[in-house]
Amino acid sequence: MSIEVCNLVRLAPGARQPLLDNVSLKVPDGAFVALVGPSGAGKTTLLRAIAGLDNCDSGSVLLDDRPMTSVKDRAGRMGFVFQNYALFPHMTVARNIAFGLDVQPRAERPARSQIARRVEELLELMQLQGMGGKHPAKLSGGQRQRVALARALATGPRVLLLDEPFGALDPIVRRSIRTWLRELHDTLGLTTILVTHDQEEALEVADRIVVMQSGRIVQDASPMDLDEQPATEFVMEFLGEAVSFPGEVRHGRMIPDDELAQPFVVPEGVTDGPVVAMIRPYEMRIQKPVSEQDILSLYAVPRGTRNGYRHYTLQLGERVVPFYRPVNEADVQVQGIALDISRSRLFRQGLLCV
Amino acid sequence: MTRYVVWAASWLFILVMLVTPPALVLTEALKDGVGASLLTLSDPDAQAAIWLTLRVSVVAVTLNTFFGILAAWVLVKFRFPGRQFLQIVVELPLSISPVVSGLVWLLLFGAQGWFGPLLERWNIHIVFAVSGIILATLFVTLPYVVRTVMPVMEVQGRDAEEAAVLAGAGFWQVLWHVTLPGVRGALFSGVLLTTARALGEFGAVSVVSGHIPGETETMPLHIENLYNGYQSVAAFTMAALLALMAMSAVLLRSAPDWLARLQEKKA
Repeated sequence: MSIEVCNLVRLAPGARQPLLDNVSLKVPDGAFVALVGPSGAGKTTLLRAIAGLDNCDSGSVLLDDRPMTSVKDRAGRMGFVFQNYALFPHMTVARNIAFGLDVQPRAERPARSQIARRVEELLELMQLQGMGGKHPAKLSGGQRQRVALARALATGPRVLLLDEPFGALDPIVRRSIRTWLRELHDTLGLTTILVTHDQEEALEVADRIVVMQSGRIVQDASPMDLDEQPATEFVMEFLGEAVSFPGEVRHGRMIPDDELAQPFVVPEGVTDGPVVAMIRPYEMRIQKPVSEQDILSLYAVPRGTRNGYRHYTLQLGERVVPFYRPVNEADVQVQGIALDISRSRLFRQGLLCV
Repeated sequence: MTRYVVWAASWLFILVMLVTPPALVLTEALKDGVGASLLTLSDPDAQAAIWLTLRVSVVAVTLNTFFGILAAWVLVKFRFPGRQFLQIVVELPLSISPVVSGLVWLLLFGAQGWFGPLLERWNIHIVFAVSGIILATLFVTLPYVVRTVMPVMEVQGRDAEEAAVLAGAGFWQVLWHVTLPGVRGALFSGVLLTTARALGEFGAVSVVSGHIPGETETMPLHIENLYNGYQSVAAFTMAALLALMAMSAVLLRSAPDWLARLQEKKA
């Protein structure tokens, strides 16, 4: 089921900055989209608006090209999972899951045995066999999360909306439930929107990432495009550690203000003028000395390893910047005369230069 | 040492102030023996008073529970202009003397009151009738359910309700299946407090009732009447009964706690 958000505006009472500032978004059928951004960017607000939980001041939400005006329109067609699960504490797991079916009008409601079978099915799908009789208080965080998912899926919705669903889980459970969720999305053929403040999580599960900042969508791209061509300095910083080098482009060459960083040739189309070069710590290289007279002005201090990269810190004048090299690289150059930052992306006034 | 002094002092205070009065009422009631005491209850006026009190309490508790839940729900879950004001107004009956609130009903619906002549024409009697007593009791007992349920609803938050709405539940289904089960302890407590207060209300009821024995006399009014007529055994018997009813309502409040503790011991 495709979702389309058109020019949504939601004003905050008493504040000048709107919560949602003319947000438009198209999510095709079967897509897995992650909404990321710092807290207060409007991710959850947007998700709640799509679910119809909050009223917006203008704009519309379309589900399969049909406008949704109230929560009632969406009931049963969208599954929503809350950050803190929002399970019904006085009901058993089975009753929790069956809730969406139990509240249907008598004429549409499946028979009791059918509901029970559906609950069993979902318990199995969620790897929660035999838990149906328990109360939510007796479950672990990961189990509660899966009960919440099962409840959201009970009525067979084609759309799944997840609001920071892994926020309260420990890192190991988080990682396993993440891949499992992606599999679930694929097997059930859902259209999923996931809100998260963890960009790593987003990069791992989603086919598309929508970056939000102060109530606006800054960039909407595939994880790869996002990494290669971040639209703004903010996106570049948000998606991972980045080091910036202010400088100037002159005659097709970028001259960093920092003398330890080497000038480099910029791509065609970048006009002369001030720019900021931003680069990931693992994209930088240290220039080896060419002759005996060269002064070794750069020295990388080792800081341990992570994810196959050895981490270092570099003293660049006043500031200390991170610097990563792959662990298995034969010759790890930790001393040198200058820093090669030619793989930088260039930004002018906050925006990416082509 | 200090601990025991404080401990003894608090027990002494509670004994003197809270336990002695009902105990004395009971001894006064049983002064001429259990038989004589029970005989006073067979008086038709006494029985009418007991029935009236029960009827009034049931109606007042039912209405105040229903509207109290809705009021608490609206006050907690929605932000709207005038909400603060409404919250204060709900507590008004706690601060206003019941006699004053009784007088208000008299002013509105009495023979000389604003709506008096109109009601007279349609042959509706509120003042000096059962409906007036119910109105007065409703007013006095209004805050209890609202005030006990509100803080718990506040803690409960909106998430579970929103989840229910998204699953397709309607207004009453959300209220019945999600909101109320979450606050049932507080609700039970509020209902019993309302009951205890409704049973014993004197001031407001006294103003609007007209003290017609056998018709508009509730138990508290009947007790006063008997006492003023020097029928002390009858007065104290009725008083003991009333105290017993109210106290059992209050004791019932802690029943869920006991049950929970009992279950824990078993488990």
